[in-house]
Amino acid sequence: MKDVQNADLRVRIGALTLENPIMPASGTFSEDLADVFDLDVLGAHVLKTIMHGTRAGNPTPRVCDLQSGMLNAIGIPSKGIDYFRDEMLPYWADFKAPLVVSISAHSYDEFARLCSEVSLAGVAAIEANISCPNIEANGNAFAMRPDTTHEVVTRLRAETDLPLWAKLTPNTGEPAEVALAAQAAGADALVVANTVLGMSVDIASRRPRLGNVMGGMSGPAIKPIALRMTYQCANAVDIPVIGCGGISTRDDVLEFLIAGAAAVQIGTATFQSPTAMARLITELESWMQEHGVASLDEIIGSIEAPNAGVFE
Amino acid sequence: MTHFPTVMTVPVPQGLRPRCCEATCRVVSNTPVNGEYRLLTLEAPTEILDCQPGQFFQLLCPAPLGEQPFLRRPMSIYGYDKAAGRLEFLYKVTGAGTRGLATLEQGDAFNVLGPLGQGFSMPDDWQHLMLVARGVGLATLAPLARMAKEKGRKMTAICSARSPELAMSVELFESYGAEVIVVHDQDGSSTPEALRSLIESRIDAGQVDAFYTCGSSRLLRLLQELGAHHDIPGEIAMEQQMACGLGMCQACVRSFRVGDRIIQRRVCREGPVFPISEAM
Repeated sequence: MKDVQNADLRVRIGALTLENPIMPASGTFSEDLADVFDLDVLGAHVLKTIMHGTRAGNPTPRVCDLQSGMLNAIGIPSKGIDYFRDEMLPYWADFKAPLVVSISAHSYDEFARLCSEVSLAGVAAIEANISCPNIEANGNAFAMRPDTTHEVVTRLRAETDLPLWAKLTPNTGEPAEVALAAQAAGADALVVANTVLGMSVDIASRRPRLGNVMGGMSGPAIKPIALRMTYQCANAVDIPVIGCGGISTRDDVLEFLIAGAAAVQIGTATFQSPTAMARLITELESWMQEHGVASLDEIIGSIEAPNAGVFE
Repeated sequence: MTHFPTVMTVPVPQGLRPRCCEATCRVVSNTPVNGEYRLLTLEAPTEILDCQPGQFFQLLCPAPLGEQPFLRRPMSIYGYDKAAGRLEFLYKVTGAGTRGLATLEQGDAFNVLGPLGQGFSMPDDWQHLMLVARGVGLATLAPLARMAKEKGRKMTAICSARSPELAMSVELFESYGAEVIVVHDQDGSSTPEALRSLIESRIDAGQVDAFYTCGSSRLLRLLQELGAHHDIPGEIAMEQQMACGLGMCQACVRSFRVGDRIIQRRVCREGPVFPISEAM
């Protein structure tokens, strides 16, 4: 084994080079985390989804516990595009890490307009949260089907020259087809995936445990689903896939990279341990040094065929 | 081998220090204080002990058999002593999180995040304070009473409980120089009507510059009415279910009345302490 002193954690997501593959998942990150560690250690900064107008969000309770995970139905409270441009963008300008702005909308026109308006200096990439309900398709998320995915990404692509990431939903039955549709429509990368639609009931009160009744499941419990979908999408497309879903340990990060992810997003793990992302970066670097891995290119997509027929 | 108490080492921008830390504490004791409440005492690193009364910690509760309190549980600080390296929480076992807390034993490692949120303020013209709380809400006011003593303020503490023996922290409040009045459900002295006349008699005697309370919506409404009628300000520490505790997730919002508008604020970030007049 070669001795690696300076492991190279840099990864490329299309035209963007990230210092390391660790970044937050949208909705689990804000400037408030700067109270805990230096946010410039991160590979990128991914902001909470903004929508065009102001929105209050869902009624409480907005979160609940599960075995090895949680449900959330926050409802994308948003202060709108003007607040983003005037108040948030200047704050993030002081950091070296590239800024990824997550956007969403309930219609094609609204989505396209917002995409154009957030294509501002200081924004390194746009993450299109196409996992939210589309009111023009009976409330189904854009990324549930290849045709609606193709339509919305085509509309967004026409509005921006910035790198465009499409965040897919695990609630689709056609992950590879949806991934191919996003690629064909001009997405520069895919984020795989978002939360899994779920529900929980309090048996004493017989009430749903979320104010919105249903919500998105996240945390270690959904990791195998997100890993499976990352593998399927990475096999299907040529653009980079960013893994997301239940990643909380160094070995989780390595699993996603081996399965084909070029980088990963960390979400719910930050709620349990706000230092998680900072620790994962140093733990990944140590692992590379210990295992003689000079570059993550040696790891990404390095998955082997199953050891069929052999019981170890 | 893990050494504790210790804080998680993370990169921090030069010249700065984190406002809050994820830390591993050592359990010194975890014992019942009466039929309902338990006191958890921790040996804590000094980095997390620059606390303000009213602030809270996010506790990573152990998982008792068959349960998994996945998210951290917010809990207000009962006591802190930087010189002694001590941090205390007073709690009532009510759910998966606190059932997990009750399993902690002397010597156990225990992960906490904090201190978090905005604590109580105590402007100079608030010379005679009235503390009103019920049950475990009194725990939140204990560090406030210590601060009031240090600032030389006069204090009246109304401690409400289901029965007299369950009234929390009476001796503690007395040790800080407070006049303590115990009211309880058994003799009807804790009803809003009885409290109203008790508090109004003190207001009429010129003994109330400000109110402090915690938790109970019934007490909040009473103090809002009395505060508005007699022009007495005050602060309340509020609760809400949380996920991150830092302000990122937006789970813990509550509505507040500011002028003629209703706005939403995060209990973890803008709070947990808010003006009584704005709380809903």
